[in-house]
Amino acid sequence: MNIKKKITIILFSVITVFSVTATQETKQVEAFSNQVIQQGAVGEDVIELQARLQYLGFYNGKIDGVFGWGTYWALRNFQYEFGLEVDGLAGSTTKQKLAKASQYDEAFIKKQLNAGNDFTYYGGTPKENQVKQDNNKNQGNTNQGKNQNNAATPKKTTNNNNKNQQSTPPKPTAVNVPNGFSQNDIKLMANAVHGEARGESYEGQVAVAAVILNRVESPSFPNTVSGVIFEPRAFTAVADGQIWLTPDDSSKRAVLDAINGWDPTGNAIYYFNPHTATSSWIWSRPQIKQIGKHIFCM
Amino acid sequence: MVRWISIVVLTLGLIATGIWGYQEHREKNAILIQAENNYQRSFHDLSYHMDLLHDKIGTTLAMNTREQLSPQLAEIWRLTSEAHTDVGQLPLALLPFNKTEEFLSNIGDFSYRTAVRDLGNEPLSEEELETLNKLYEQSGEIEKELRKVQSLALKNNLRWMDVQLALASNDEKADNTIIDGFKTVEKTVKGYSEGNFGPTMTGMARENHEYKYVKGEAITKEKVEEMAKELFKIDKQTELTITESGDGAQLPFFSASFKNDQKTGYVDITKEGGHPLSLMVNREVGKQKVSLNEGMELARKYLEKHGFDSMEAFQSSQYDSVGVYNFIHNQDDVRIYPDSIQIKVALDNGDILGFSTRDYLRNHRERDIPEPELSIEEAKEKVNPNVDIKDQHLAIVNNDLGEEVLAYSFLGVLGNNTYRIYINSSTGMEVQVDMLKNAEIKFD
Repeated sequence: MNIKKKITIILFSVITVFSVTATQETKQVEAFSNQVIQQGAVGEDVIELQARLQYLGFYNGKIDGVFGWGTYWALRNFQYEFGLEVDGLAGSTTKQKLAKASQYDEAFIKKQLNAGNDFTYYGGTPKENQVKQDNNKNQGNTNQGKNQNNAATPKKTTNNNNKNQQSTPPKPTAVNVPNGFSQNDIKLMANAVHGEARGESYEGQVAVAAVILNRVESPSFPNTVSGVIFEPRAFTAVADGQIWLTPDDSSKRAVLDAINGWDPTGNAIYYFNPHTATSSWIWSRPQIKQIGKHIFCM
Repeated sequence: MVRWISIVVLTLGLIATGIWGYQEHREKNAILIQAENNYQRSFHDLSYHMDLLHDKIGTTLAMNTREQLSPQLAEIWRLTSEAHTDVGQLPLALLPFNKTEEFLSNIGDFSYRTAVRDLGNEPLSEEELETLNKLYEQSGEIEKELRKVQSLALKNNLRWMDVQLALASNDEKADNTIIDGFKTVEKTVKGYSEGNFGPTMTGMARENHEYKYVKGEAITKEKVEEMAKELFKIDKQTELTITESGDGAQLPFFSASFKNDQKTGYVDITKEGGHPLSLMVNREVGKQKVSLNEGMELARKYLEKHGFDSMEAFQSSQYDSVGVYNFIHNQDDVRIYPDSIQIKVALDNGDILGFSTRDYLRNHRERDIPEPELSIEEAKEKVNPNVDIKDQHLAIVNNDLGEEVLAYSFLGVLGNNTYRIYINSSTGMEVQVDMLKNAEIKFD
């Protein structure tokens, strides 16, 4: 049994190496799209970049499709070692050099990404040994659920011929987040924005998100996003439970814009709807501007 | 027979409804009590922390060896933060209580600043001791008022749920001991003059100091309309709504907005000088056709065209098919971090979707940049030796007090993380150390 397994593995890796060397010449043409890839980018090209850098041993992080600092230093080291200009940009020369020096097995990477596996892609080690199989149950389920041709054992799919399958390109498994905020902060804020301003224009939604952030900065309010949002009686949407409605896409984008520096309100820390405001005190605040139904003030 | 059956059924129904109603009632009460308890906890915590704060400031005053002050001041700093959080958990949002919160925040800032200072080299000045003395008195008064409210609340079994109701109904006549008590506290704090914390305290709201460098002639509404249409890239026929800012604006501006089938947008333009402050266009962004890198070039050209010279891209991030860039000013090879502009590019066709020049307008001027006193080698020695420095340059950054200082900025790697470390170019102190975040795993 054991010997059989070993033989298959050895046989298999031989086949892989062979088929890879055979296709190498033609593969260069299909490597990457035309864009110059720079830090902050997301997508297929970044996945390929990370995989190729890892293949050569420059990149030790996760292949997740987001060009972060780890990828940046890996790329710079690659450029240095290969005598290229060290600028941290993957331009045409760098991409060509990289494609020549490494191999990229899109089908394998895609399968691992889709299955959510913990995997690496170093050259010279059999790929199937680089997949962590610690959550067997989950994996089995997803494979069955998908029931596609790549639901077979991982050993078969590593073949390069699989490229012929009409398959969707690999998707990044990570996202950019602004410094100082987690995805959950963003979600919480999007919930609040959706509850408070879902009838408003996009600008009005960014404005509400900006007010939340201005309050975090302000000495008269709690210093955290959650503190500001859940401050009792601060937001009507929190008081009546509307905050737990599922936020739409536009409120999420509005929150990102506000975090990235847009503030349509000009540093407002209060806002109110003049038709429904019950407190006379709120009218005494110096007003800045009206956006949609809300008046924003200091 | 039918009558009996219906009687039985109805009776059963009635009993069931009764049981259900009782259970609902009990659950509601349980939840109310839970909410009430949360409020009570915050309230009692607040008054406890104020007690402690007062005592700590007291002991600080009595301390003879100034070298021992640091931990004590750090403790004060921690307590103000706790008390601040407690206030935030009480349903006081519509009750003007912000002076008290600001007071807490000011004590916090004061104690932080003094705590992190090397008190051996630079002990508390006479003025600072004076400030501490005053803080001791004032926190004592707040403590006293809060205790009064607390004892009344405990004696009469006052409930915070009633406070919430009273505030919600906005009934002026409602005689609520808690509300009155908090109003008294607020009044007490209002009496303290702002100058208590010394001159440096005025720079407190450091992000929000006024726009003192914005100059130029007043512009007309017609000009605003013309500018806005050019910035929005819309034709002359589209109707714009133009409004003026109210009294609360730090920098008076015109605001122009439009809406058509495909997109909406707004732009704020300063009345003085007609500088665009912030622009945003919202539309569906299709599939990515422009790379993040090309988008950056488009953004740079756009900025140049609108009179922002010597800007360099400092950060770029892609969110779906939108690129967001942070540009900073560069004067004589020194990066000026406070003069930053955020700009957003649609990566489907390369259109500019928005920018914000608030930080730039607030800070930008021609600066007199001094020669650094330390050489780059000397500054490097101040960096943690385990950090592998990859990149360096001179930069102007804001320190803890919000003042601009000339610093060496080092980009380095330690383990798997990348850090940006700023070393003050005259004192060699670490101005700031930032860990630069990597991407976060997508959870959904």
